[in-house]
Amino acid sequence: MAVIQDVHGHAHDHPTGIMRWLTTTNHKDIGTLYLCFSLAMLFVGGFLAMGIRAELFMPGIQILEPEVFNSFTTLHGLIMVFGAVMPAWVGFANWQIPLMIGAPDMAFARLNNWSFWLLPIAALLLITSFFVPGGAAAGGWTFYPPLSTQGGMGTDMMLFAVHVFGMSSIMGSINIITTILNMRAPGLTLMKMPMFVWGWLITAYLLVLVMPVLAGAVTMVLTDRNFGTSFFNAAGGGDPVMFQHIFWFFGHPEVYIMILPAFGVISEVIATFSRKPLFGYTSMVYAIAAIALLSCFVWAHHMFTAGMPVTGQLFFMYATMLIGVPTGVKVFNWTATMWRGSMTFETPMLFAIGFIVLFVIGGFSGVVCAVVPIDVQVQDTYYVIAHFHYVLVSGALFALFSGAYYWLPKWTGHMYDETLGKWHFWLSMIFFNMAFFVQHFLGLAGMPRRIPDYALQFADFNMISSIGAFGFGLTQLLFVYIVIKCVRGGEKAADKTWEGATTLEWTHLPSPAPYHSFETPPVVK
Amino acid sequence: MSQGTGYYVPSPSKWPIIGSTALLFMAFGAAFTMSKLPLGYGLLITGLVILAFLIYGWFREVALESEAGKYKAKEDKSFRWSMGWFIFSEVMFFASFFGALFYMRVLSVPWLAGSEQELLWPGFAGGWPTAGPGFDEKFTPMGAWGIPAINTTLLLTSGVTITLAHWALKKNDRGALKLWLFATIALGLTFLGFQIYEYGHAYAELNLKLTSGAYGSTFFMLTGFHGFHVTVGTIMLIAIFFRCLNGHFKPEHHFGFEGVAWYWHFVDVVWLGLFIFVYLL
Repeated sequence: MAVIQDVHGHAHDHPTGIMRWLTTTNHKDIGTLYLCFSLAMLFVGGFLAMGIRAELFMPGIQILEPEVFNSFTTLHGLIMVFGAVMPAWVGFANWQIPLMIGAPDMAFARLNNWSFWLLPIAALLLITSFFVPGGAAAGGWTFYPPLSTQGGMGTDMMLFAVHVFGMSSIMGSINIITTILNMRAPGLTLMKMPMFVWGWLITAYLLVLVMPVLAGAVTMVLTDRNFGTSFFNAAGGGDPVMFQHIFWFFGHPEVYIMILPAFGVISEVIATFSRKPLFGYTSMVYAIAAIALLSCFVWAHHMFTAGMPVTGQLFFMYATMLIGVPTGVKVFNWTATMWRGSMTFETPMLFAIGFIVLFVIGGFSGVVCAVVPIDVQVQDTYYVIAHFHYVLVSGALFALFSGAYYWLPKWTGHMYDETLGKWHFWLSMIFFNMAFFVQHFLGLAGMPRRIPDYALQFADFNMISSIGAFGFGLTQLLFVYIVIKCVRGGEKAADKTWEGATTLEWTHLPSPAPYHSFETPPVVK
Repeated sequence: MSQGTGYYVPSPSKWPIIGSTALLFMAFGAAFTMSKLPLGYGLLITGLVILAFLIYGWFREVALESEAGKYKAKEDKSFRWSMGWFIFSEVMFFASFFGALFYMRVLSVPWLAGSEQELLWPGFAGGWPTAGPGFDEKFTPMGAWGIPAINTTLLLTSGVTITLAHWALKKNDRGALKLWLFATIALGLTFLGFQIYEYGHAYAELNLKLTSGAYGSTFFMLTGFHGFHVTVGTIMLIAIFFRCLNGHFKPEHHFGFEGVAWYWHFVDVVWLGLFIFVYLL
């Protein structure tokens, strides 16, 4: 029903070759561009991570000069956050939101194209900044002044890159909000929307709320650097700590921007492979909304040691712990969805379960960091590195893999190689924990982050961590192979590839989804 | 394109990639300029020219599509949602600068004048306006009751005139529409003229500069970004004025006009915040 496969003869007025991709207004094309770009950036950021771990393989300075090491950590963070994870989620949004709400395309198809084509500009700025006089930005991905008000041309390029990434995100999120609010199929009320769509709606609100604030912070750093303003200069009455407040007002919601779409994907996958409706749908929606709301009032837990009144520390400590409540609701509901379900363990489900287990570890270490006296001990140590890699790699990235395996049959029309997919999961799982679990111990023992050398006592754990990191990095090449293999051919995927799936793209569209879908909206009862 | 739902999905478009090209030139141009490398200004200006071409071309295309009747009720609703959230994002951008102003006035300046800073900044009394403890140059702060008060009147009046223009459009009174729209543009341009004069006055006579510490930074960045938004708003008003001259907009279908009016009111409200917190208090 409701599928019109190119009967209007659009194909002839569409450019082909490179021009197709430069000028496209099709949400599927743009989604593909986003996903390919983010995968490429995952490997650029991954290359930097391999460099960091190679340097930390053993004590002493081996391959990276300290300044270059600083640039590596800085750009690794920026590229992974703005280049890999965020665009990957927008890629999923582009592909899936119109399919899941029964819309013909995104609300603003040309703007959608521009949101994507800004990203390569920003990436180019970041990558070429390695080769300018003074090298790339080296003040950390959070670019705190006074480090970021020093530094050479590379820092300016990084700041412009963040501006461009931000523009892309604001345009993309306004497009997504409008699409979800205005383009739903008749009968698809808000409280019937798939959880992935809910996750993205709330994420898009967070983006519109905080990305402009980041733009303000970036602008202030640029003018402090180049035009003599004193926002972050105490001699002029400003305060470097003020930057941290403004930055983390963006930065904390930002981590939820990267994880809320993941919650959506996990909710879809767990329900599908448990062959049960999602447990507690309404509470899931409210939990996401509550997490998003609370995320705007917890930013100063990133700066407990930067100096603030005890009242402030207490407020931000308790507010942070409060986020554990709606997050707990979500984990409970996922578990309850699996309870007595007819579960099967295909690759998407494996990644989803891996997500739940490891994300909970990352969540708990987050609560540990939220306790002020403990945070004073572990701030700027590898404990913090371990914490946020558990929520970002085994959180956001695992959910991205789960979603990719889940929807690849719908996107390509072919089944991915299930055996290789399982290998990908288990190797990722083992090497990820090998790389990051030991970092908890390193951090508790006091190893500082962002330093290219360390005391001899940390040598063994660092070697284990580096081997795990190399293994994890190599394993991701397997993912690229699986995706290419799946795009090029393979077993034909059924229209409803997963028998437990209930959303519109599975019930109403063939596999692969046609270039133009839902030109006549489906009716949802 | 998609006949089924009737929702207008445009054909492939060259505008976005032209926009990205503009930003490519602008970003590298700005980075080169700030590092005083050759070619910087050339790249920057090339980027700006491409951007101007893009804005003209893209909006022209959308205006023509609108006049061709391609946008129906559902598209109209999309424009409304998106313009609303775009303005909200602008509000948050200004919020970051207002936040910086409040932080400095309420927290960082008093802290710098506190007793534990006595060794570092002896004799710094704090208080507002200030250029901070480390800058010796004296400046006179900008008073509220001269040009800024006039500017407040101008912008508030322009909020009235654009509403009158809107009423005229809804009554299909094209003459009054053009008259009130012209008046709004004139008020906007007068505002900008006064603002430029005020900046000249600040630099030449008050010794108040962008580099005058906390006060100079917040004063010029807040009023500067506001002035930039008034400039953009005025260009938007001029664009819809010419569209009105060409017979665009109908009493029941004119979101292009309303979007500009919303933006203009937003600029107006930001100014009230500026007048109170930057000039008056």
